[in-house]
Amino acid sequence: MEGWFTTSEPYSLIGAKCTDCGTYVFPPRSGACPNPSCDSMELAPVPLSRKGKVWSYTENHYAPPPPYVAADPFEPYALAAVELAEEGLVILGQVAKGVMGADLEIGMDVEVDLEVLYRDADGVDHWIWTWAPSAPEASA
Amino acid sequence: MGAQRSGSERMMSSDRDLVVLGAGMHPWGKWGRNFVEYGLVAAKAALAEADVAWRDIEFVAGADTIRNGYPGFVSGSTFSQAMGWTGAQISSSYAACASGAQALQSARAQILAGFADVAMVIGADTTPKGFFAPVGGERKEDPDWQRFHLLGATNPAFFALNARRRIDVFGDTTEDFAMVKVKNSKAGVGNEYARFRKEFTLDDFAGSPIVSDPLRLLDICATSDGAAAVIICTPEYAMRKLGTLEGTVRIRAVANSTPTYPQVRLELPDIATDSNAVVTAPALGFKDSIAHNAYEQAGLGPEDISCAEVYDLSTALELDWYENLGFCPEGEGASLVRSGATALGGRLPVNASGGLSSFGEAIPAQAIAQVCELTWQLQGKSTGHQVEGAKVGLAINQGLFGHGSCTILSV
Repeated sequence: MEGWFTTSEPYSLIGAKCTDCGTYVFPPRSGACPNPSCDSMELAPVPLSRKGKVWSYTENHYAPPPPYVAADPFEPYALAAVELAEEGLVILGQVAKGVMGADLEIGMDVEVDLEVLYRDADGVDHWIWTWAPSAPEASA
Repeated sequence: MGAQRSGSERMMSSDRDLVVLGAGMHPWGKWGRNFVEYGLVAAKAALAEADVAWRDIEFVAGADTIRNGYPGFVSGSTFSQAMGWTGAQISSSYAACASGAQALQSARAQILAGFADVAMVIGADTTPKGFFAPVGGERKEDPDWQRFHLLGATNPAFFALNARRRIDVFGDTTEDFAMVKVKNSKAGVGNEYARFRKEFTLDDFAGSPIVSDPLRLLDICATSDGAAAVIICTPEYAMRKLGTLEGTVRIRAVANSTPTYPQVRLELPDIATDSNAVVTAPALGFKDSIAHNAYEQAGLGPEDISCAEVYDLSTALELDWYENLGFCPEGEGASLVRSGATALGGRLPVNASGGLSSFGEAIPAQAIAQVCELTWQLQGKSTGHQVEGAKVGLAINQGLFGHGSCTILSV
């Protein structure tokens, strides 16, 4: 989805921020501020925090129906809802390939990465954001 | 909660409390026939129970289905034509899982506004097999299309995210969730309208495949065909018809509401919550507020409820509702189901009908079916799954895209 994430490193999701009250919204959009006490019509695109904490997670064990483009044979994969502290948002995403529920826990640090969601009939890759476990901070 | 009232005052109806004169259902199943066919059976059964002629119905409130083409979108008209045009007023409501409740509210508002004295509320559906998917076409702006296409975030995936929170935050176990199915399946055995009339045990869960971890197939409600209808009227109309209001089922509350910004709980079909960075989340979350609004409207509280029908789209979700409804403190839903309090024969039976667990969801009919079930419970007619001495019944559901609804009935 064009405009939902940066396409060069460091990867981050792009939300919209009200230029008046400062609230955030994801996916990014134009039009009225979602805060009912704010009359602003100005929502500016803004990169969101790259890192967040897992709010909850699950694994899909059955291929979702179209319009999801499922691999054949289908391989289970994980989804995580991740809390971004500064923006006060919880955002759902696929979890990085190969990382499953057993590798996740609520409160765990994750960060945005990009992966190919599917390759279409013309051979064009379609990309999606994923939540990947954060590399441990280098200790001083 | 409002000012303290004595028990007898609390139970009193007001002259604005409409009467449920009749209820009717087509049994739930999976036949793939025209949804109108099911609706006709429910409509005729409700009219017969109310002893009202079709041509006397002044308002027809249809609950829409979006999976059955144009007739599904104009359900008020579809059922009116199928029964034979009478010149009645109509409405057609869509509010996802809350469609039936919105149709009920549409009829109730018309009657309370004085535009009609007696109305039919009706919903029916025919559903496809398997996961619900968005309606066809590439609609990149539609959040429902987006969550399927980008994430494969099915309805069970959302139920599972909430179930996982319960495990990690409250210490619930998957066995606690299974207890809900065990309870509801046992109740459903006695309900002639239920689709699944088989009792499940905890042992059955081990063999049930995981759909969206931690939820298994047995934790998740199926999609079904079915139909339900009720006839509602003014107390004056009921008085003329019955000669007394004694023992009539009254509609004490129908609270339909949206969330209040910021809605900080991830809800279908949204990929993200609202932001609470600059606006503090309201004290009552969305699902808490649905129940609160209905209690306020009825002047009743959780302690007054005899039985409840809650939307158990997943087993874990039923435990959420216990807490949202004030049946127990937050985090204690699992203890409540384990205590047996919410089972048929318990202190506060929940889903004595068997719930969605035994029915599977027929979207536009389901919230109306909840009202049928409560009506019969309050009249003592629920042979096979009767809650003894039920006086006040509550039904609650939530439709995606921010539709909440709670209905309270009493005798």
